[in-house]
Amino acid sequence: MAWAMTTGKTLAEKVLARHSGNGEVIAGDIVWAEPSVAMMDDPLGPKMVQSELRRLGNRIKHPERVVVISDHCAPPSTILQADLLTLTRNWAKEYRIQRFHEYEGICHQVMVEKGYVRPGDLVVGTDSHTVTGGALGSFSTGIGSTEMLGVLVTGQMWFRVPETVKVVWDGALQDGVMAKDMILQVLGDFGSAGLTYRAVEFGGQAVREMPVDQRLCLSNMTVEGGAKAGLIAPDEKTFEYLSQRISPEELESIEPLNADPDAVYSQRKQYSAAALAPMVALPGNPADACAATEVLGERIDQAYIGSCAGGRLSDLAIVARVVKGRRVAPGVRLIVCPASRTVYQQALSSGILETLYESGAIITAAGCGACGGGHSGVLGAGEVCISATNRNFKGRMGDPSSQVFLASPASVAAAAVEGKISDPRAYI
Amino acid sequence: MEFHLSGRAWKFGDDIDSGQMAIGQYTRQGVEVYSAHCLENLRPEFPREVAPGDIIVAGRNFGSGSSRETAVLALRHLGVGAVVAVFFSRLFFRNAINLGLPVIECAEAIHIDDGDQLELHPVEGRIVDRTSNAAYQGLVLPSHLLEIIEAGGLVPFLEQRI
Ligand code: SF4
Repeated sequence: MAWAMTTGKTLAEKVLARHSGNGEVIAGDIVWAEPSVAMMDDPLGPKMVQSELRRLGNRIKHPERVVVISDHCAPPSTILQADLLTLTRNWAKEYRIQRFHEYEGICHQVMVEKGYVRPGDLVVGTDSHTVTGGALGSFSTGIGSTEMLGVLVTGQMWFRVPETVKVVWDGALQDGVMAKDMILQVLGDFGSAGLTYRAVEFGGQAVREMPVDQRLCLSNMTVEGGAKAGLIAPDEKTFEYLSQRISPEELESIEPLNADPDAVYSQRKQYSAAALAPMVALPGNPADACAATEVLGERIDQAYIGSCAGGRLSDLAIVARVVKGRRVAPGVRLIVCPASRTVYQQALSSGILETLYESGAIITAAGCGACGGGHSGVLGAGEVCISATNRNFKGRMGDPSSQVFLASPASVAAAAVEGKISDPRAYI
Repeated sequence: MEFHLSGRAWKFGDDIDSGQMAIGQYTRQGVEVYSAHCLENLRPEFPREVAPGDIIVAGRNFGSGSSRETAVLALRHLGVGAVVAVFFSRLFFRNAINLGLPVIECAEAIHIDDGDQLELHPVEGRIVDRTSNAAYQGLVLPSHLLEIIEAGGLVPFLEQRI
């Protein structure tokens, strides 16, 4: 009796059902699905698949679905990085990849800025923060390079349909409290593995009121809890964002999906946005989160604004509000790395970069920068950094003895001015 | 289709991230270089002393963080035979299978001591601890994943099929 088995479906179940050609799938099913978009970055993309691709017939099944973006090593700081950029560029040319970008910014930001990620899409990428795209109502997830090779050759990949955790943020955030604080709170509650193999669906007033720019940060860091995807149902804000990036015909052709009202969630968690205060993650683990008040006064050497978690226009704008008319504390370096050239240009023309410059900030080229320890702000032995990025594992941004606190861009800016961890609400 | 492995256990804790197995600063210098630093921030002797066939035994959430396959490649380059953990991060788990490294999820893995002599039967998900004379049952992988591991990874698996 089929009718008796039918229950409401989550957004993740619906997207996977659409792309696997199954009418219906349910958490726990293993399905073969066809990704709409397959994104490769510089360290884990072409270099890692090139020789095996030749071994497997040297043909990409759907080159039009492939996106290649060099971001981690652009601009290069070593000869090895420069060679990697060349290899990636040549590969994209050889396989006639139309959607190739370099020096344009972080792959996850470029993906959404160019309109490559759309509601209802199934997106895979060779970087774990591919989950960022879930903020536009897609099912986006990171895969390994070999898995990507399989997608290139066959156009398909197997998925285990994940259970979904529903996270609702009621009410409105206080000024100076950001998406980053929300996700650190969630990670602190669920732990570094509490979301393993799950999808997260965010909802509630605070999420609805948030610009897409900030929503991306929520989805981005779900992977720090082990999640496979972090989704936000598409709404007017999503379509408004897309309308500035794709043609009206393309916009018209989108068939968005949404969760059913009676969808089955493995867990639900409800928060009050108004009660949230600035958060930090203590060095070593992004999920080791606590209220910033617990570490107020910790001295810092570096304050870092950037990455696919915290380098967007709304992030830079709040940093400018905090530092306007003030100076970065002596002995501290404030490094600002815009997430993309578009963000850079918007921050430039709106006067944000000038405000940052006048405060003493160092503005670097758009890209991954020092987030993964690549360049432009790497930490030395024993140095302490407060960072708007998403990971603070031992040694990630430099020497294994360096320490990284994760916090919102507003908190990072306040710390830069004070020379120690501070409450940004006093500066807004 | 029976295959089994044996080797000494190298014990690690919870939340070992993939960036400890393939440290960012070394990953672009090739597998020889980054595998020589594999897990050194946690156990400096590991990359020097690990022997082919040895088995990593870890706690919760092994391989968290970045999607880098170099984490699996470093272990394979050092000859690690398999990883047993309470559970794995999603990406590490998939990467290990795609590169033919047997992975067994077993909640009782925490009872295994560092240095114990282990025998592993990936197809049945069985772990025998020769030192303490204990046996543990881990999760059995779906057959299509076992086929990928037995082929030696996704590439040889696809190669057999095209
Ligand atoms: S900005 Fe950082 S987290 Fe994001 S893709 Fe680049 S290195 Fe990874």
